[in-house]
Amino acid sequence: MATKRTIEVELSTTGLTKDGKAQRIPLVMGGGAAVALEAPPSMEPELEGEHMLINIGPQHPATHGVLRLVLEMEGETVVRCIPHVGYLHCGFEKIGEYRQYNQIIPWTDREDYLNSIGNNVAFALGAERLFNIEITERCKVLRVMAMELSRIASHLVWMGTTCIDIGAYTPFLWSFQYREKIYEMLEKWVGARLTTTATRVGGMAADIPEGWTDKLQSFVQDFPRTLDECERMLTKNAIWVGRTVGLGVMSPEEALNYGLSGPMIRASGVDYDVRKDFPYLDYETYDWTVPVGTSGDVYDRFLVRMAEMRESVKILAQTLKRLPDGPVNVDDPRVILPPKKKATSEMESMIHHFKNVMEGPRPPIGESYVAVESPKGEKGYYFVSDGSSKPVRWRIRPPSYVNLSAIPKMVEGHLLSDVIAINASIDIVMGEIDR
Amino acid sequence: MRAEKFTVISAGHGGGDVPATPKNVPHKGGDANPSAAALQAQFGPAIVRVDVINGETTVIVDRDKAHDIIQWLHDEPTHAYEYLSDVTAVEHRDSQRPIEIVWHLRSIKFRRFIRLKAMIVKGSALSICSIWDIYKGADWLERECYDMFGIQFVGHPDLRRILLWEQFKEGHPLRKDFPLRGRFSRSQQLENALAANPEARYSMEELSIVDAYEELPLDMRRRLLGGEKTGE
Repeated sequence: MATKRTIEVELSTTGLTKDGKAQRIPLVMGGGAAVALEAPPSMEPELEGEHMLINIGPQHPATHGVLRLVLEMEGETVVRCIPHVGYLHCGFEKIGEYRQYNQIIPWTDREDYLNSIGNNVAFALGAERLFNIEITERCKVLRVMAMELSRIASHLVWMGTTCIDIGAYTPFLWSFQYREKIYEMLEKWVGARLTTTATRVGGMAADIPEGWTDKLQSFVQDFPRTLDECERMLTKNAIWVGRTVGLGVMSPEEALNYGLSGPMIRASGVDYDVRKDFPYLDYETYDWTVPVGTSGDVYDRFLVRMAEMRESVKILAQTLKRLPDGPVNVDDPRVILPPKKKATSEMESMIHHFKNVMEGPRPPIGESYVAVESPKGEKGYYFVSDGSSKPVRWRIRPPSYVNLSAIPKMVEGHLLSDVIAINASIDIVMGEIDR
Repeated sequence: MRAEKFTVISAGHGGGDVPATPKNVPHKGGDANPSAAALQAQFGPAIVRVDVINGETTVIVDRDKAHDIIQWLHDEPTHAYEYLSDVTAVEHRDSQRPIEIVWHLRSIKFRRFIRLKAMIVKGSALSICSIWDIYKGADWLERECYDMFGIQFVGHPDLRRILLWEQFKEGHPLRKDFPLRGRFSRSQQLENALAANPEARYSMEELSIVDAYEELPLDMRRRLLGGEKTGE
């Protein structure tokens, strides 16, 4: 444990020029001083003393929701960590068994609420496999846009809140500024910022409005600059590096065994990304790479998430180029409502409308499990249908639930203040964990 | 610059084509995952049936052999299912049908996905082997399954409720005989909540860490000794 590692850093200082004006010295301009960082001290077994029980949460800003951690401490070192979840349990899966497929979509907004439009897409993909529907090309590209935008938004919230946990405030403001721009775009598209409910089985609730792609274009152009600024603030910042390097290390084998996914497993050096390995929405046709870390610590998780945002911008730029014209919804009266004009003038359309609204679309008997790469990891929806319009079982495979279950393994042996950093690095959303 | 570095495990290093988005998947039938045939060759009668639905391979396995089969899938280098996606259960609306335990496994090496199922016939003991000793990630997934369905995972080191609290007396909510609004009326639920012990925030295990048990008020110690459950 007591390995010594060096990382080149340069401290951010503000000096004065000759004429008394404030002068900014850039953070990373090479030639930085080398600061030696000790790995966190391991627990010393010979240290005699009473163990202390410390309770963090459920009402604590650094637990990112209503997570409660009971820590057994020896001095300042964590000996054992017992997490308690479930304070936000709402029984989504039970409610889903009493709802038609399209009626469940609002619930998917509310589980991982930082990635609501991504959940909507994931749900629709799972339901469409159950219904055996092929969606239109335009819908595919629109969904990729939605997923990547929400990935960036989620990672921005992660970066901002983690910075606050570790003691930096400025990146929080910068990241929330751009998150706001994404939510403005989503608002223009579907009318809601957070609870989007954007998809339907077989298509989307709405096509993008006119001029929307210009907004996305300017976002794709401007956003990397903010990312650069955040990276300049953090990547080689002595405090940031000192608070994150060597913490919560998971080896690749452990990460696989614990079922970690998303940036957590990739930071540990397993390049498992559902978009590449079990593709959906034609992700294999986009040109992008999977960022992989090699140290499996909090710092690498940060690097992986930053690189992922850049890759998402790359994918967004490609979606803008290839967005085809055409219908968004499939031409299938079993699942998609007819246009209002037809429904009020044609007998057959009216029957379809009535059946779809009153009874709901009925999938064939069967089951499907579709996983997507959510910002937190592998998010899967498992449906079992008995041929009726309501699922027999709707199961959410929550990535941050499985990621969080490894927290005792990650924090034990570290200092109390590092628990906050490690917990932040998992990127948990309690809405998804407790469901 | 930094000391410890792990070698990157690359997905799909077992070979095979670059995967593509599945298109025009038939509802039933199609190519099964090659691991299903290997399982049939290896375990014979313990493999009850192999289904391919919506392009996903489901292998229905004998309930008592499930642990051996999953262990084999995990250890066998030509299959290498080293990633556990999910453990869950399904109860059908038809009350005669057995409860299904579902495992979703992935092989990162060969980019394969397989679903294993074991049936628990109604009326028999609601228990199944735990696979915690194979995949540590099964810990919370099995606890949730126990919490929601009441299925005992034999061999799990710490099988207690996770999303609901220990004093929850209404049963297991995802069972089909559990009403959507709960077993008790709203007023009864409120009464139960008020009657619960608000001091019991820590489990006995946690209290024993610091010998805090000795410092509890006498009446609370008496209640705990009488078998009252603590913890949340």
